[in-house]
Amino acid sequence: MFTFAVGSGLSIASILLAVIVLAAMLIWVERRLLSFWQERLGPNRVGWFGIMQVVADMIKIFTKEDWVPPFADRLSFVLAPAIIMVVVLMSFAVIPFTPEVGVIDSHIGVLFVLAMASLGAYSVMLGGLSSNNKYALLGSLRAAAQMVSYEVFMGISLLGVVVLAGSFNLREIVESQADGWYIVPQCIGFLIFLIAGVAESHRLPFDIPEAEQEICAGYHTEYSGMKFGMFFVGEYLGLVLISSLITVLFFGGWLGPSFLPPIVWFALKAGFFIAFFILMRAALPRPRYDQLMSYGWLFLLPLSLLNLLLTGVVVLSTL
Amino acid sequence: MFSLIRDTLLSQAVTLWRVFRKLFVKADTVQYPEERPYMFPRWRGRIILSRDPDGEERCVACNLCAVACPVDCIALQKTETEDGRWYPEFFRINFSRCIMCGFCEEACPTNAIQLTPDFEMAEYVRQDMVWEKEDLLIDGTGKYHDYNFYRVAGKQIAGKGKGEALNEAEPVDVRSLLP
Repeated sequence: MFTFAVGSGLSIASILLAVIVLAAMLIWVERRLLSFWQERLGPNRVGWFGIMQVVADMIKIFTKEDWVPPFADRLSFVLAPAIIMVVVLMSFAVIPFTPEVGVIDSHIGVLFVLAMASLGAYSVMLGGLSSNNKYALLGSLRAAAQMVSYEVFMGISLLGVVVLAGSFNLREIVESQADGWYIVPQCIGFLIFLIAGVAESHRLPFDIPEAEQEICAGYHTEYSGMKFGMFFVGEYLGLVLISSLITVLFFGGWLGPSFLPPIVWFALKAGFFIAFFILMRAALPRPRYDQLMSYGWLFLLPLSLLNLLLTGVVVLSTL
Repeated sequence: MFSLIRDTLLSQAVTLWRVFRKLFVKADTVQYPEERPYMFPRWRGRIILSRDPDGEERCVACNLCAVACPVDCIALQKTETEDGRWYPEFFRINFSRCIMCGFCEEACPTNAIQLTPDFEMAEYVRQDMVWEKEDLLIDGTGKYHDYNFYRVAGKQIAGKGKGEALNEAEPVDVRSLLP
């Protein structure tokens, strides 16, 4: 019970704690990194280098009035932010952090993550729809279209990895990368997954569902207090999830030279991609809605199908 | 197809790289209350009323600043001393309206009203943002050290008759035929 093993209580508790604390800390990390990239200083007053800014934000957001608009549909309004938290935390269940740390060793890991990502669309849809606000509705319409269409080739881009590893089990996928990470044979799949991952967690530059400048925060316009905080933390959890998935699927998960423990290798790789996602937010402009759609359906979908076809040909010809 | 790839991938990669390089650039901002940015002498901040080198008020209550003010935040009333100098009886600037445009400074014929690099003017009570003449007047000459309006202007005051100002010609005697 109190040893690190897949599915042990200690493992589950530490993953849950680490992931949520990390997602909260990312608020500070992102603000600080963004400010460096914009030649500013960023929040650096509270605590050591401003690291306690998160605590200050937490106190603020917990003590805020928890207001539900009278015109909102109360049940789904309250339910929506909970869905995204639950769904993203569920996805972490199948992520293999190290050989010992993990929640379940599922043989349908990849499919489970994709299924949970699809359920995440309900959160933004219900949130926008129940707000009874035209901007929120526009945001959730965009979110639904974006998530549904980018899920398609998000799944297809992963199939290349699944074909090479011969398994849907994320743990076996990592183990099969011992003699070479899948980034080399699957670089196109990696790029597509990266782009689809950004769109799926609706981070910038693909934050069209919540574009502040156009539709004033989109689906969470009417949210305040901890309900907004849950959307916010849910988004960062999604960021951690996508980074972990990229690490697991394309960069060999915990594998690395043995002078560092496996969890450090995992954290380093995932941290690199988290920083990269923040860099994308700092650097890239948001595409128009129709550009996003046509880019997805007309360019990325054929490319991912082609990638799958080529992988299949190569795998079959070397059998 | 090639141009699509170039536009969607290459240009984005270049942008990412250029923004990433900013990580090693010193920040443009400073830690404000402890560290202060250099304020340029011509910064348009808190408005003052200056005095001439003799220590008299420069303002002649001509009302041009109040006319020029786009938000009508300046109010004043002209009055006169017995030796003929005009001065404002009261001079009031409502800084809760002032937009620091500097038009009053440009309009002023006597360099009396000037903007300074001070910007820290926050107050807890709105009424405290209305500044009277006592609050606005400073003891010095501001940006223009030698200028004295009554010494250069043709206006007649006690101790300085017509034609006695700096660079001023004697008044023309219209009854004389001499050139």
